[in-house]
Amino acid sequence: MISDITTARDAALADIAQADSPDAVAAMTTRYAGKKGELAGLKKQLGSLESIDAKKEAGAAINAAMAAIDAALERRRTAVAADAIRIQVEAERIDLTEYLGKPKRGHAHLVTQAWERLEDVFVGLGFRVAEGPEVETDWHNFEALNMPIGHPARGEWDTLFVDHVPPEGEAGTTVLRTHTSPVQIRTMLDEEPPIRIIAPGRVFRRDTPDATHMPVFHQIEGLVIDRDISMADLAGTIDAFTKAFFGKGWNSRLRPSYFPFTEPSAEFDIQRPDGSWIELGGSGMVHPNVLRAGGVDPEEWSGFAFGFGIDRMAIMRHGVADIREMFSDDLRFVEQF
Amino acid sequence: MKILLSWLNEYGDFGDPTDADAVQRVADALTSLGLEVDAIEAIGETVDGVVTARILRLEAHPDAAKVQRVYVDVGDGNERHVWCGASNISADDIVPLATLGTTMPNGMTIERRGILGIDSEGMLCSAQELGLGEDHSGIRVLPAGTALGLPYGDALGIDPDVLIDADVTRNRPDCWGYVGIARDLAAKMGVEFRPPTPGLKVDGEERTTPVELVDGERCSRFTSTVISGVAVGESAEWMQRRLTAAGMRPISNVVDVSNYVMLELNQPNHAYDLDTLGGGGFRVRLATDGEHLVTLDGEDRTFSTNDLLICDANDVPIGVGGIMGGLDSEISDATTTVALEMAWFELVGIGRTVTRTGLRSEASQRFERGVDPYGMPTAVARFVELLEETCPDLVVHSGAADARSEDLPEQYRPVEVRIANVNRILGTELVADDLPKLLDPIGYTVSGTGGTRTVDLPTWRLDSTAEIDVIEEVARHYGYDRLGKRVPISSDHGGLTVRQQRRRELRDVLLGLGISEAMPNPFLAPDTLEKAGLEGESITITNPLVSDESVLRTSLRPGLQQAIAFNESHRRTGARFFEIGHVYPPGAGDLPDEYEALTVVLAGSEAPEAMAVWREITAALGGGARVDQNRVPLGLHATRSATLQAGKVPLGAVGEIAPDVLAAFGVTERVAILEIDLDQFLAREPKPVQWKATSRYPSSDLDLSFRLSDDVSAEKLEKVVRQGAGKYLVDLDLFDNYRDPDLPGSRALGFRLRFQATDRSLTDADTAEIRRGIEAAATKLGAELRS
Repeated sequence: MISDITTARDAALADIAQADSPDAVAAMTTRYAGKKGELAGLKKQLGSLESIDAKKEAGAAINAAMAAIDAALERRRTAVAADAIRIQVEAERIDLTEYLGKPKRGHAHLVTQAWERLEDVFVGLGFRVAEGPEVETDWHNFEALNMPIGHPARGEWDTLFVDHVPPEGEAGTTVLRTHTSPVQIRTMLDEEPPIRIIAPGRVFRRDTPDATHMPVFHQIEGLVIDRDISMADLAGTIDAFTKAFFGKGWNSRLRPSYFPFTEPSAEFDIQRPDGSWIELGGSGMVHPNVLRAGGVDPEEWSGFAFGFGIDRMAIMRHGVADIREMFSDDLRFVEQF
Repeated sequence: MKILLSWLNEYGDFGDPTDADAVQRVADALTSLGLEVDAIEAIGETVDGVVTARILRLEAHPDAAKVQRVYVDVGDGNERHVWCGASNISADDIVPLATLGTTMPNGMTIERRGILGIDSEGMLCSAQELGLGEDHSGIRVLPAGTALGLPYGDALGIDPDVLIDADVTRNRPDCWGYVGIARDLAAKMGVEFRPPTPGLKVDGEERTTPVELVDGERCSRFTSTVISGVAVGESAEWMQRRLTAAGMRPISNVVDVSNYVMLELNQPNHAYDLDTLGGGGFRVRLATDGEHLVTLDGEDRTFSTNDLLICDANDVPIGVGGIMGGLDSEISDATTTVALEMAWFELVGIGRTVTRTGLRSEASQRFERGVDPYGMPTAVARFVELLEETCPDLVVHSGAADARSEDLPEQYRPVEVRIANVNRILGTELVADDLPKLLDPIGYTVSGTGGTRTVDLPTWRLDSTAEIDVIEEVARHYGYDRLGKRVPISSDHGGLTVRQQRRRELRDVLLGLGISEAMPNPFLAPDTLEKAGLEGESITITNPLVSDESVLRTSLRPGLQQAIAFNESHRRTGARFFEIGHVYPPGAGDLPDEYEALTVVLAGSEAPEAMAVWREITAALGGGARVDQNRVPLGLHATRSATLQAGKVPLGAVGEIAPDVLAAFGVTERVAILEIDLDQFLAREPKPVQWKATSRYPSSDLDLSFRLSDDVSAEKLEKVVRQGAGKYLVDLDLFDNYRDPDLPGSRALGFRLRFQATDRSLTDADTAEIRRGIEAAATKLGAELRS
C-alpha cells in the first residue's frame, strides 16, 4: 500500500506541476485534494489492513502525501495568478511619448500675470488692493491731486475727455483716468487712516501707439498714510518690494523729481545684480494739499505714494519687443505664455 | 536743457570737459539734484590732418568746367595742388586743407587720386565736412592773417567741450538759465559759485519810454531802458560759438546778446528800435477779438481777448507779450538806439495763449514756468556789459521805465520751517542749525533761532510757496541717497477683498476650461456697437486720436468678436476667449454707469457649451440664475439664447451670437457666448457650504424618461422632478435628450436619480412610491413618463 501511496503522490505532483491556468489548478485540486481523489480512496482502504502498525504507517504516509499535494497546489495557484497578471501587463504595453492633442489649458493675459504677481508681493508686505472707476471726474483725476484747473502740469498727461456731463457739472469735466491716483483720493475719502493700499488698474493717455506705448495701459500705485510716515519709509518699502519682486540681489534708489501730487518727489530706479540701473517709476511724500483734498489732516498724518507701469513688468519679464503684440489677442502670441 | 560745460564753468569750477571722470561727476551731481542727465555729448572734436593753407592761384581746366585746379601753400614753401568744385574762393584766401591720409568724419580717406590724369594732394573743406555746422555751400574761408600750417581747430579757437542734456522739471524755473543750474550745482559739489555781477554805468541824458500797463494782472512788471550808440553787426566769435553749441543761430550782436542774457540769467528780453517805436512808448493790453499781427517768424496770427499784446504808444501791436515780437518792430542794420524791454508775465496766461495759438518760443517756455520778477536790473546791466564788447560807444540813458502792477509777486516771501516737521517728513535727525548750511547756498535765506526758522524764499523760485517746498530743498541738498531705508510696521494685515478673490477664482475656472484671456481695445469705431446688434446710447471721446477709436464700449462683445475674426483670418479657428473688464454705458449720475463684466466667446461651439461654462462657474463660485429664453438679449441668436435672470435683475446672457452679427464681423464659425455682470456676481459672498452626513446605507438608482413638449423648458421639468422626488434624493442628472423625428414638437428627456436614506436601507416599496410621486408631479407639467 505504501508503494501505491507513493505512486499516487508522485503522479499527482507531476500533474500539478503541469497546471498552467487558474482553471487547471482548480481541476487538480478537485482531482487530488478532494474527497473523491485517489488518496482519499486509499484512505478508505486503510480498514482492510491487518495490523495496527501497518494501518498507522499507511495512514501517516497518506497524510504526508496529502500535505505535500496541498502545498504543491497552493504554490501552483500563486504562480499561475502571478503569470496571468504578468501576461496582462505585458500585453498592455504603450509608448507614453505618443502624445495625441495639445495641452488644453487657457492662457492668462500677460498683464494679468504681472498684475497678480505684483498684488501678491504687496499683499505680503501688508497692502490691501483698492479699485476705482476708469472714467473719472476732473476733480478726482486732477484737482484733488494738487492740479487745479489751469495748472500747467495737466498738459503733461495727454488726457482723453468724454462727452458725459454730470447733472450739476460742466461739459469737459469727465475724463478717462490718466493714472490710478484717483483711487488714492477715493480711498482717503472713504476710510480713516492708517491706510496701506495698492491700486492697480487700467489707465488712458492720448498717446499714439508704438513699440513701447499704448493709449490704454495699466499701472499700479501704492499709498501709505500713518502717523510719522517719512521718506525713509518710502525708500525702505520700495527696496523691500524690489527685492521681493525682482530678487535678493537687486537694489533701489530714490532720485529727486517733480510731480504735482507729491513733495518731496522722487523717481525710483532699480539696480540689477550686474550693477546697471533701470528707471521704474515715480514716488514721493503725499503733498499736504492732496491729503487735505482726501480729508486727511497733514499735521496729524503723513504718507507716501508710488506708482509704475504693469505692462512694462510683463514685457521685461518675457522679452516682448513690441508692447502692441501683447494686446493683439493673436493666439500665436497668447499661447506662448 | 542742453548745458555746455565750458560755459557752465564760467560760474564755478565744476569740471574739465576733457576729463571724462570730472564730466561724469558733474552729470551725477546734476542727476542727484533732480536734473536728470539723459545724454552727454562730446563736441568740438577736430579732424586730425586738416591744416590752414593759403590759396596761391586758381586754374580753370578746359575739359572740366565745374572744377578748378587750386594751388595752395601750407607755409612749408612747397606748392601743392588740389581739385575743387567750390566757387567761393579766390587767391590769398586762407582755407582748411585736408592733407593726404586724413580720415574725414564721414569715413572717407583723402587719397592722391585725382581727375583728368592729374593727381590731387588733398582736399579743401566746407564747414559741414569739418563738423562745424550745416553749411556746405562752399569752402569754409578762415579769417585773413591766419597763420599757415596750423590745425584748423587752433586757428578757429575750437576747444573740445561737452554738452550735457539734462531734464528740467516743471518745479525748477531757475534751471532754464545757466546761472540757476550753476547755483544749485555749486552748492551740491561744494565749489565756489561765481554769478556775473555787472555794474551798470548810466551816463546818458534822460530818455524815457512811457509804459502803460492796461492789463496788469497779465503783465505786472515792464521795464524799458533806452540804450544808444548801438552799431548792429556780428557778435564776438566766442559768443557765436556758445550760442551755436546751445542750439541757437547767431544773428547779430544785439540779438545774440539778447539770447545770451536769456540763456545765462533766464530773463527773456526784447530790444526795439526806438526810432521806429510808434509814440516812443509802450501799452500792454489784452487783444481785441480778431486783432492780428505778423510775428517774427513771418506768420500772420489772429488773437483773442485772452491774449496779451505789447503795443506802441499809438496802440499798434508790436509783439505778443512774453512770447514773440512782431516782424515790423525788429531791429535793422540801421538801428542805433534801442528800447530794451525786460518784463514779467503771469504764468497761466502765457500757457493758455501758447496752447491756443501753438505759438511757442524760448521766451514763452521760460515765462510759462516763471522767471524772476526781480531779476531785471542785473539782466539789463549784463546786456549792456556784453553788448559793449562789439559796441564800444554804447550809452545807457537815465529815466528807464519800470512799470509795476499790484499783481507782481512779493519780493520778500518768508515761510516758517519747523525742524521737527522736516525730520517727520524726511525721516532724518537734522538740527535747526543744519538748515542755513543746506539752504543759504541756494538762496533760501534762513534766519531766526530755535526749532522754527524763517526762510525767505528766493524770487527765482516762484514754485516755492510753503514749508513743504523748503523741505524738498533740504532733502535735495542733504541727498536722497542719505535718507534711511526702513519698512513701516503696521498691525493691519494685507489681503484681497472677497470680490478680488472671487475674480481670481473665476479666472482660474475659465483658464481650467481651456479658455484664454483677451484684452482688446475698449475704444470702438462709431458703427461697431450697431454692427454687433447692440442698441442704445454710448459715450464718445471728444478728442480721440482716431475716429475709429472714439466710442467707449458698452459691451465686451465687439472686441472679442473682432479677436475671433482676426484669428480666423490667420487660420486659427476654434478660438476660445474670455475677457474680464469694464464697460461704460452712459448714466445720469456724476459718472457713467460703468461696471465690470465677463464675456466668454467660444468659436466653433454651440449654445450648450456656453451653458456648460456657466454651470462650471456656478459650481465653483456659487450663485445661479434662471435661464429665460423668452428674453433674448440683443445681438444673440433668437432661438438659442437666453437672459440669465437673478431675482428681478438680469445677471447676464447665454447662448450664441446671431448669424447676421457673425457675418457683419466676418466670422464664419458659430460662436457660443456667455456674459455676466460681475459687479453683481462677484459681490455676492456665498455662505460656506454646510456639512451633510454621508449615509452608511446602500443607495438605489432610478432612471426616468419623460416626453416633454418643446414649449416647456428642461429646467422646469427638472425642478418638478426634484420636488416630486422628496427628501431621499441625493443626486439628479439629465443624461439623455432624444428628439424622435416622428414626434416633432417634443423630445424625450432622461433623468438619472439616486436615492438614499441616512437611517435605513430604502425598500422597493419606497422607490415605487417615490416614482409615483414624481410621475404625478410631472404630469401636471404635461410631461409623460415613458419608462
